[in-house]
Amino acid sequence: MYWKETLRQMNDIGIGSLGIVALIALFIGAVTAVQFAYQLSNSFIPAYYIGYIVRDSTIIELAPTISALVLAGKVGSNIAAELGGMRQKEQIDALEIMGVNTAGYLVGPKVFAGCFVIPLLIIIAAGVSIVGGYLAAVSSGFVTATDYIFGVHAFFEEYYVFMMLVKAVVFAFILTSVACYKGYYVKNGSIELGRSSTQAVVLSNILILLADYIIALILT
Amino acid sequence: MIKAVDIRKSFGEQEVLKGVSATFEKGKTNLIIGLSGAGKTVFLKLLVGLIAPTSGEIWYGETDFLKLGKQERTDIRREVGMLFQGNALFDSMTVEENVRFPLDMFSKYSKKEKDLQVDKCLERVNLVGSNKKLPGEISGGMQKRVGIARAIILDPKYLFCDEPNSGLDPKTSILIDELIREITVDNNMTTIINTHDMNSVMEIGDKIILLHQGELAWVGNKKDVMTSDNETLQNFIFASPFLQRLRKAYNTR
Repeated sequence: MYWKETLRQMNDIGIGSLGIVALIALFIGAVTAVQFAYQLSNSFIPAYYIGYIVRDSTIIELAPTISALVLAGKVGSNIAAELGGMRQKEQIDALEIMGVNTAGYLVGPKVFAGCFVIPLLIIIAAGVSIVGGYLAAVSSGFVTATDYIFGVHAFFEEYYVFMMLVKAVVFAFILTSVACYKGYYVKNGSIELGRSSTQAVVLSNILILLADYIIALILT
Repeated sequence: MIKAVDIRKSFGEQEVLKGVSATFEKGKTNLIIGLSGAGKTVFLKLLVGLIAPTSGEIWYGETDFLKLGKQERTDIRREVGMLFQGNALFDSMTVEENVRFPLDMFSKYSKKEKDLQVDKCLERVNLVGSNKKLPGEISGGMQKRVGIARAIILDPKYLFCDEPNSGLDPKTSILIDELIREITVDNNMTTIINTHDMNSVMEIGDKIILLHQGELAWVGNKKDVMTSDNETLQNFIFASPFLQRLRKAYNTR
């Protein structure tokens, strides 16, 4: 295992993506809270349900899926372009001639780092999303702070966190391995490089959504 | 010594190499020359094991390379250095890190020993003082030198160079040629150079192999070039009227 390279990838994928993932999670939480508050208006459902719904929808679906789709765009295209550039500049050939196991050195650390760091990002995204819901719902007067926090604690199922982590690891594996494949086998030319990078994102997104559906079928 | 026996390579319907056999000698600079599309790069990539031939044999000394397992091939490759046409330097690493990379991957030397070896190698290619620069901050000629330093840091038995003079001015090309020649002789390596630089042919061509349309068209050395009657060779080497006059003058001296 190439630990130095793996740590570099963890830094690139994790720290490098933290800002965008957190920002998107914040708004997703806020929008979910506002939308649900609107649905609840003029109904007999208690307002603390806003916190409960934001929490569950975030943990079960929005945090892992939306974060993975965003990361497929950011991390996936970056990986595909990096490996594709290395292929075109003959750097992968150079490594092979040196006797380096290029798949082990270039692909392994990226996939491993992704599968380790992306679930952490998704956990953070879930937390930030719940905070986003709080900020939006409380500041808009849809619910009191006490009720929102009560809702966040209400009817909590640990199993949903397990589902989120399963999704996180599967999505991380999909987006890193698809990007590595598309980048590693790129042909010559800048057009081909751009195409591979785009294909990596599109294919990852489709496979992530398909995997989301299959996991939902299996785990619920 | 490296020997290629009846090498054939096809991509789909197109046969790029049509039964090429050649021997590349130790301690000499062996040149593969030919027009663009003659199959030079494919031949070099086959020799170094980056692509597999459709049929034929490649011998590294007494070892049939194509019959080796994965680990044995990796062992042979650690005795191979290669200078790429585009240098293939790692952009994010400094000159020093690029040269040290093979040592980091495959040696158990201490950091101090590695630093010493890198400095020695950079001195060998006249690049003292450029250790901390990135490849993008140095000239094309210097990048070639870094590529050579990285290729020879593990003291290889075999050195492959793909178009080492491409993109260089004539003076720098001569310096790079001289450097490759010196290293080949000093380290007693088997060096194979893929080129269509006529100056290289005439200066460092200890053994020259001409490929034409995927076939071996001529074998000789730099002295034979001037006197050979091989039409394909003459059409390739003395393509311009100036070079034709030069050859005539040489032969009537």
